[in-house]
Amino acid sequence: MLARVAENIYWMARYLERAENTARLVSVNASLLLDLPRGYEPGWLPLIDMTGSRELFDARRRRPDEREVVQFLLADRDNPGSIAASLTTARENARTLRDLLPTEAWELLNQFFQEFTDTLDAGLAKRTRYNFLKQVVLTSQALGGVLAGTMSRTDAYTFMLMGRYLERADMTSRIVDVRAAQVLPAAQELQPFRTIQWTNVLRSLSGLHMFRLTRRVRIVRVEALDFALRDRQFPRSCCFSLEQLAACLQSLPRSDTAIGTLRSACGYLAAADLATPDPAGLHQLVDQLQVYINDVHACIAQTYFPAPLQNP
Amino acid sequence: MRIDWNAYTATGLHDELIGPGGGLRVAGRALARHLRELGSEETRLRQQAAELAIKAMGITFRVYHEQGGSIDRAWPLDIIPRTITLKEWSRIEAGLQQRAVAINQFIDDIYHGQRIVADGILPIGLIASSRNFRPDCMGISPPHAVWAHICGSDLIRGSDGVVYVLEDNLRVPSGVSYMIENRQVVKRVFPELFESAAILPVDDYPVQLFDMLASMSPRCQERPEVVVLTPGIYNSAYFEHSYLARQMGCELVEGRDLAVGSDDCVYMQTTRGLRRVDVIYRRIDDDFLDPEVFRADSTLGVPGLMRAWAKGNVALANAPGAGVADDKLIYTYVPDMIRYYLDQEPILPNVPSWRCGEARELEYVLAHLAELVVKPVDGSGGYGMLMGPMSTHKERGQFAAQLKAAPRNFIAQPVVMLSTVPTIVGERLEPRHVDLRPFILSGPATYVTTGGLTRVALRKGSLVVNSSQGGGSKDTWIVDTGAAGVAAPRARSGR
Repeated sequence: MLARVAENIYWMARYLERAENTARLVSVNASLLLDLPRGYEPGWLPLIDMTGSRELFDARRRRPDEREVVQFLLADRDNPGSIAASLTTARENARTLRDLLPTEAWELLNQFFQEFTDTLDAGLAKRTRYNFLKQVVLTSQALGGVLAGTMSRTDAYTFMLMGRYLERADMTSRIVDVRAAQVLPAAQELQPFRTIQWTNVLRSLSGLHMFRLTRRVRIVRVEALDFALRDRQFPRSCCFSLEQLAACLQSLPRSDTAIGTLRSACGYLAAADLATPDPAGLHQLVDQLQVYINDVHACIAQTYFPAPLQNP
Repeated sequence: MRIDWNAYTATGLHDELIGPGGGLRVAGRALARHLRELGSEETRLRQQAAELAIKAMGITFRVYHEQGGSIDRAWPLDIIPRTITLKEWSRIEAGLQQRAVAINQFIDDIYHGQRIVADGILPIGLIASSRNFRPDCMGISPPHAVWAHICGSDLIRGSDGVVYVLEDNLRVPSGVSYMIENRQVVKRVFPELFESAAILPVDDYPVQLFDMLASMSPRCQERPEVVVLTPGIYNSAYFEHSYLARQMGCELVEGRDLAVGSDDCVYMQTTRGLRRVDVIYRRIDDDFLDPEVFRADSTLGVPGLMRAWAKGNVALANAPGAGVADDKLIYTYVPDMIRYYLDQEPILPNVPSWRCGEARELEYVLAHLAELVVKPVDGSGGYGMLMGPMSTHKERGQFAAQLKAAPRNFIAQPVVMLSTVPTIVGERLEPRHVDLRPFILSGPATYVTTGGLTRVALRKGSLVVNSSQGGGSKDTWIVDTGAAGVAAPRARSGR
C-alpha cells in the first residue's frame, strides 16, 4: 500500500484509541472521587498528567477543577489530546482513506463524529456525563468490531492494528504511572479505601471484570500492576498490546529492528519487580517502557512512512 | 394535504414534468402519480430522510471561503427527480458520442498536422492564443489517438424545448460521483417507484471508467496499475476522487506519492518499496502536473511526468493539452468540426454564440450587453461572467472595457431560459431551473452515462446551478416508457 496512506491509517487508529481511553479516564475519575474520603481528594489534575498535557493546561486554564479539566479533555479543540480534537483528527485521516476503509466503517466513524459534536453538552454536564462517555467507548469499540468483521487483512489492516496497539500500550502505562503515584502512602492507607484505588486503575482499563474472572484474588497492588502491565490474556495490558504489535510487524518486510525493540521491552517488563512498594521505582519502570514505545514508533515511521518533503 | 398540480405553474417556460396544457409529460407520469399519492407532508418527510442519509453516508463537497480556507458541506439533493424518456435520451446519447469523437479527432489533429487549419475551417490564431494549448504536446500520439477520455458536457433545454450543448468540460470535469450517489439515496426514499417503473440504472460508470483506463496501459498485464491522482483532501472535488478510486479499487495517490525513475517510468512509494504505475487518471490541471514543464512552483504534480508520458511509459487521462478544446471560443467551432471530420450534421446544436474576437460580432455584443450573457473563454464554475439582464449600467460599463481590452477572451450568448423541474420549497413544489451534465468516456469505444448529473438553481428565478454558488442537484431518470405496464391515465383535476 502507499506509504502515505499507511501513515494515515496508523494515525487514525491511534487517535481513535486515544479518544476512547480519554473517555474512560474521565468517567472513572468521576466515580473514584465520589468514593474517596473527605480531606483526601486527588482531584482532576492527575488526568492532565496522564495525558502529558500539564504545560498546555496551565497555559490555557485557570483552575484545575472538575469543570475546567473535563472541558479541556473533552471539548477543547486546541488540546490535540482532547476527545473532540482526537476524533476530528481521526476523521480527517479517515477522509483520506475512504477508498480502502469498508463503507460501514466510514459511515460509523462519520456518525460517531457527528453525534459526539451534536451531544457534547451532555458530556460536560455532570448528570449526563456518564452515559455520554459510555457511548463514546462503545462506539469506538463498535468501530473496531466493524473493521474486524468487514476489512480484508491487507497491510492497511495491519497498520491500523499497529496504531491501535501502540497507543494502547502507551496509554495503559501512563494510567499505571499516575495512579500509582497518587495512591495513598502505605501508612495512611485506610483499609476500605485501599481497594478502591486499585479497583479504579482496573476500571480505567475496562479490566475489572476480567481481573476477577482470571485472577480470583483480592485486588492488591502487586496483582493489579501485574494485570495492567504483564497479563498475557487481557487485551488492554501493556504486554498483550506489545505482543500484538510484534505479531503485526512479523507480516511486514524490514521489521527486524522494531521487533527487536519490542522483545527488549517485553523482557524488561517480565523481569521487573512489582512487589516492592516504591513509587519512584515504579515511575522509573514506566518511564523506561515509554522510551521503548517511542523507539518502536520512530522505527515504524522511518521504515514505512514517507520521508518528510525535501525542498530541492 | 395533497399535492395540487393546478397550483404549480411554470409560465412561459419548458417544464420537464408538466406539459404546456397542464398535462403530465410521458416520462414523469408514474412519478407524478406517486407524488400525488404520497401527499406533500410525506414527500417532505422523505426529503428529510434523504438529507439524513446524505449526512450519514458522508456525501460532501468543499466550499472555498472568500477569506481563504474551506469547509465541508453536505451535498444538496432535491429528491424530486428529473425525468427523460429513453427515446429522447437515445438521440441525445448519439449526439454526445458524435461530439466526443469529433472533439478527439480535432485535438489529435491540432497536435499533429493541423489539417483543419490548413483547410481554412479554423484560424491558426485561435489555437496559438488559447491558454490551454500546450506546444509541448506537439507530435505526441497517445493510445487510441484519444486525448479527452473523460468529458462532461453541459446540456440545457430552452423554452423552445430544444436541448442545446452549453459547454464541453475536457480538463477535469467533476460531478459523476454525485450522479451515482444521488441514485443510491433516491432509491432509498422512493423504493416503490423503482419496483414499478422502468428507470434505467446508472451505476455502471465506475466499471466502464476502469475498463477504459486499463485499455490505455503501456504494459500487457492482467491487471494494470491504474491510479487516481488528486491534489489532496482540500480540493473541492476530493470526495469524488476518493469515491472513484474506491469504486474502481485503485490507489488514490497524491503527487508526493509518485516519482519518475531514471528509466522514465512512474513509480509510487509503497510500504513494500516502489511499484510501477501504468495509467494515471489525473484530477489535477495541466498547469500543476509537472513542475519541470509547466508551473515550476507546483508541489501537487510529479517532476518528469510529461517526459514519462511523451515516451509512452505511462498513460494520462485526460491527456495534457486536451484542454485546448475546452476553450469556449473553440467550442463555437464544434459543429464545424463534426461536419469536417465526420462528414455528418450535428445531432445536438450549440447555444448560438457571438465570437467577441471578430470585430463585427464584438460590435453587436457591445450594443446588446443588457440582453446577453458574456463569458470568459477559459472560465468555469460560473465565475467572471456578465449576466446582461441582471446587470447594472455601471457593471456593463466596466465589462465593456474588459471586452474591448481583450475581445479574444470572451464569447456572448443569448440568455437561455433553462427548463424547470418541480422542486421542494417548504411545503410546496415550485419550478426551479435545471441543467444536465452527462459524462462521455472515450477509449476504444465511446460510452455515455445513462442520464447524468442534473443541477438545479435553488433560488427562485435563478439560472445559476453551480454547487459553489448555491445550486443543488437532482437524480436523473431515463425512463423506458415502452416497457410494459407503465401507461398511466391522464392527470385528473381534484382537490
